[in-house]
Amino acid sequence: MKRIVPLWITAIVGLVLIVSNFLPGTRSWGEEATTWFGIIAAVAFVLGGGSLLKVHLKKISDRNTGWGYSMIVLGTFTATLAVGLFKIGVSPNPSFPDVPWSGDVQGQGTPFWWVYEYVFKPLTATMFAMLAFYIASAAFRAFRAKNFEAMLLLGTAFIILLGRTFAGYFMTSWIPIDGPFSGLRLEELSVYIMQVFNTAGNRAIIIGIALGIAGTSLKILMGLDRSYLGGGD
Amino acid sequence: MNLIDRMANLDRRWIFLMMGLAVGIPIIVIGITGKTLPEEPTPLAQAAFDVLDDLDPGSRILMAWDFDPASEGELGPMATSFIRQCAQKGHRMYFIALWPVGAQMIRSSTSRVIGGYYPDLVYGKDWVDLGFKAGNEAVIKTIVTDFDQYFPTDARGTSVDAIPMMEGISSLADFDALVNASAGYPGSKEWVLYAATPLKKPLVIGCTGVQAPQMYPYVPNQVQGLLGAIKGAAEYESIVNKWVRSEQLLDALESGGITEPASSELAARFAANPTEASTWTTEAAAAAMSPEAKTKLIEIASAPIPGIFLEAQRRMGPQLVAHLLMIGLIIAGNIVFFATRRRGGSQ
Repeated sequence: MKRIVPLWITAIVGLVLIVSNFLPGTRSWGEEATTWFGIIAAVAFVLGGGSLLKVHLKKISDRNTGWGYSMIVLGTFTATLAVGLFKIGVSPNPSFPDVPWSGDVQGQGTPFWWVYEYVFKPLTATMFAMLAFYIASAAFRAFRAKNFEAMLLLGTAFIILLGRTFAGYFMTSWIPIDGPFSGLRLEELSVYIMQVFNTAGNRAIIIGIALGIAGTSLKILMGLDRSYLGGGD
Repeated sequence: MNLIDRMANLDRRWIFLMMGLAVGIPIIVIGITGKTLPEEPTPLAQAAFDVLDDLDPGSRILMAWDFDPASEGELGPMATSFIRQCAQKGHRMYFIALWPVGAQMIRSSTSRVIGGYYPDLVYGKDWVDLGFKAGNEAVIKTIVTDFDQYFPTDARGTSVDAIPMMEGISSLADFDALVNASAGYPGSKEWVLYAATPLKKPLVIGCTGVQAPQMYPYVPNQVQGLLGAIKGAAEYESIVNKWVRSEQLLDALESGGITEPASSELAARFAANPTEASTWTTEAAAAAMSPEAKTKLIEIASAPIPGIFLEAQRRMGPQLVAHLLMIGLIIAGNIVFFATRRRGGSQ
């Protein structure tokens, strides 16, 4: 039963979505199914929170390596959740001064806004910014012109890296912009690579992926692929 | 130990330091001098501008902010310029987000641009914040036919029935154009597949550098304007800045008695070269203008552009030095590699 019901739900909803896409009279069926998806997606946030609690509580109780970090995760998670859910420190909406929870939880100056502005935002921005340092290290140690393909890749990378900055313009600005060789200006060359070579390669990949998705979807709808149910079946 | 050996064993902390300096020094220099590198807009950035410029004032623009603070460095300046162009043009802006923190991105960009530079715009009449909705592409698929299903209220909890600019909006088909700032999934690709393509609506995308190559295949039929990474943002920002200045100059010239087509031509000239305005006011052609109008014209032409509208162009400085460092490191790494390999072979 645990496997049959999800299989039928998947098959029916999948068929409804396919049919509604081709038959205008059944469009409302598809809309209904996507509304259910929206509800499930919202509930998934709660499930995600539950899963996070479960994983980290287990790690703490087992005293696994790094359990201290799990303590921090759980502490910050529950604190942020409490601040947002209970609207801690939020003044009531001026239109409804007698309703204590009527205020805007994300409004400027609220504790929730403070957590976002001074904790979440700098932390995520820092994580992303650190990529630059690791890419620089990788550039020195990993990008090797070992063979013809690697040389092509490096050559293209140089053109794009230079063409996407003022250096590209500076180095090739002596080539007349309206002359027959204007396409050799680095900024033009980088656009050409992106629009022609990249587009051709990416279109082929996109078409391949689309065909793969169609094939996999059919297998899932017919119950031939059950890997999404878990359990190694 | 010779130089090659030293480089082969180079502690990566030296590379981190070099990258830190490559980014940090230009930031400081640009911060002190206020100077930015010149930008030559590419056709894609110009197309992004033209899509919004060709629409009549009052057009309905859906602005989907699908990014987070991690990518705000690239997408924040794009969002700022999109809002500035729409606000200056008089379009009605409808903000939504498919990313949970996209709601904060909307608040941040609207408060900075609309709150700071277009305070006359009225919430609910000229712009509305509809906030975040969970469901990824399912949200797009649903609002293609039924907008109220996902957005019965705005982000402040006000019913859409009580918001004047929501009148007549029943689906995505009621919008004149879609603008998306995207850092991944759900984002640009989903807007192309589920909204712009079936509805045949103009779509302008601003995305991260990583995403841009995946979006090029949709240009120009499904995506009309594409801004890739900070370079695209800088190009678009320079176009919008020049256009806004030109619009302000045109107003000043026309209120001073200079009529079309001379006013348009002069406004474009002064926007490109602000110092020309003060010279022109001494010429006979400007005799019709009052001294006050001339002063106002010179003030507008020479007024510095607020820093918020130069963010992308300022970030091109650090990007330039960081890219040059990367090229230098790749070349140095290959010299070390081949020198070590040759030595190994000869031994």
